Amino acid sequence: MAGTTLFEKIWQAHVVDEKPGEPALIYIDLHLVHEVTSPQAFEGLRLAGRPVRRPDLTIATMDHNVPTERGPITDLIAKAQLDALRANCEEFGVPLNATGSGREGIVHVMGPELGITQPGMTIVCGDSHTSTHGAFGALAFGIGTSEVEHVMATQTLLQSRPKTMQIRFSGTLPFGVTAKDMVLAAIGKIGVDGGVGYAIEYAGEAIETLSMEGRMTICNMSIEAGARAGMVAPDATTFAYIEGRPGAPKGAAWDEAVARWSALKSDADATFDRIVDIDVTTLTPQVTWGTNPGMVVPVDGTVPDPADFADPTDREAAERALQYMGLEAGTPVTEITIDRVFIGSCTNARIEDLRAAATVVRGKHVASTVRAMVVPGSAKVKHQAEQEGLDKVFLDAGFEWREAGCSMCLGMNPDTLSPGERCASTSNRNFEGRQGSGGRTHLLSPTMAAAAAVAGRFVDVRELG
Amino acid sequence: MRELRQVTSVVAIIDRPDIDTDQIIPKQFLKRIERTGYGQFLFYDWMKEPDFELHKPEFKGAEILLAGRNFGCGSSREHAAWALEDYGFRVVIAPSYSDIFRSNSVKTGIATITLPDAELAELKAALAQRNELTVDMETLTITHPDGLVITFAFDEFAQETLVHGLDDIARTLKRDDAIAAYEAATPGRFDTRTLST
Ligand code: SF4
Repeated sequence: MAGTTLFEKIWQAHVVDEKPGEPALIYIDLHLVHEVTSPQAFEGLRLAGRPVRRPDLTIATMDHNVPTERGPITDLIAKAQLDALRANCEEFGVPLNATGSGREGIVHVMGPELGITQPGMTIVCGDSHTSTHGAFGALAFGIGTSEVEHVMATQTLLQSRPKTMQIRFSGTLPFGVTAKDMVLAAIGKIGVDGGVGYAIEYAGEAIETLSMEGRMTICNMSIEAGARAGMVAPDATTFAYIEGRPGAPKGAAWDEAVARWSALKSDADATFDRIVDIDVTTLTPQVTWGTNPGMVVPVDGTVPDPADFADPTDREAAERALQYMGLEAGTPVTEITIDRVFIGSCTNARIEDLRAAATVVRGKHVASTVRAMVVPGSAKVKHQAEQEGLDKVFLDAGFEWREAGCSMCLGMNPDTLSPGERCASTSNRNFEGRQGSGGRTHLLSPTMAAAAAVAGRFVDVRELG
Repeated sequence: MRELRQVTSVVAIIDRPDIDTDQIIPKQFLKRIERTGYGQFLFYDWMKEPDFELHKPEFKGAEILLAGRNFGCGSSREHAAWALEDYGFRVVIAPSYSDIFRSNSVKTGIATITLPDAELAELKAALAQRNELTVDMETLTITHPDGLVITFAFDEFAQETLVHGLDDIARTLKRDDAIAAYEAATPGRFDTRTLST
């Protein structure tokens, strides 16, 4: 019999019930909740008189809506939503890491930080970037609000089994090139719908040598290639990250867990429905030029000419993107000037990301034409960064240093772009209006964003030495 | 959920690829805690453009939307499906969809019909002559008044859910024995309520 993939091992271990011609009923080990996609689900439970079946496998936080400046929340509609989460969590017995608790943060930063994101688990959240947790060898994916309610009521989901794709990154990552560049290059290669219907496993030497932060960055953006889930087989790096965290097994249970987790990898003879190979040795820092994450070029490249796209649909989309982005075909990326810099989001606001960005700006200053901000991914990341003095580095360089939250990744709180403003952003989506109506977003890595802040335009971070 | 058996209507065409859920319903409208009333905010930014497709008088009253590939990509916000439904759409026809949007649509009572490019081209040509279609979810057919008939594949479980307007949760709760048996055989890893930090 042929071997099985990591995905298949986790899937098989979670099938509760299966009927022919129907999606499988799979068990959910952890349900993460935030304020935006949960109120209607709680309301549904209330109307039907149903409890949350497993509050002990559920945990909530406040992230999407919260202001990142200290002081009371002034947006009354946002406040009502946060109040609703608090009341719902109390009513249904769901633990909540509320703003000010010191444990709050972007939901996909919080889970790993608490040690409750573990290998072999199924993890869901009403948020498409739940794929982040796959970095630990978990099957993690985003769901809609009706599914949130379904998980709350039954701790299961009806799911059709996705196909499997393996993306193999071979070679050693060159200086100045990061996990963000790897995933942007992968999306550029397979396209924003290349992963639709698939669960992706990332493998290869360049993945094995990555930190957990880097693996999370890559798994996080699986959904930008259309894949609901992305995952990496757990290894010593994974175990070292989890060990000692609040939710991690302790003592003998830890050793047993590590033994179990060590078996979670695709067998050598396992087959995938699709395999994609990417050699990272020639990879360069990437910058998006358009209005989806697949519209990406190397920093030493130029804005593409729509006329060069063979497919008429792609050509029209490129034309519209250039018009929205206010860019001319053929412009070198390093000649594009920026107005704003955002270092944050569940893609790139972990401690390692902030350290990397700080290295670039230390002793330098943000260009006079640029407004730049750093928004740590969680209260804990913020605290740790402050202990390491990173806040000083950023503040001295002229960055704003904010409280944790999603912030300008989606601009639900007051942190938004004004129409026409151009932003170098470490987040994951450059859709029209994502960071504010009319705003223009370019996605890149934390070091590239930091370098752009100093120069006032995109620069090749490799040239800074 | 409303049943969805048959829809006859004009077809609104937004022939762009990769229409993401941030366009369908921008974030500023996700702060509401209700499930209804999102139709007025559908395609909020694009609606400001005078030549946006949905302003075309001939698309008025459309319950069927025809769109480009990878429709509904991006954010998992079910509000996108709620907004489409509240605006009046019951059926979307496109070459492909994002997985999460497709799942959210079924729960909202919207059928997402996938057609290959060749059939879509035929359909568009027919609609250019006369803009009207009947979509039948029981027989899985699309019928144009001038005679074009297209049959399409649709997930059987999702079809049943839509046609009968079924509630997934009530159906799953009937399988409580299987869930309880799974739980009994699977020891817990942690209790989120007692995590000391
Ligand atoms: S940081 Fe951005 S992408 Fe991540 S959960 Fe928040 S809004 Fe979503």
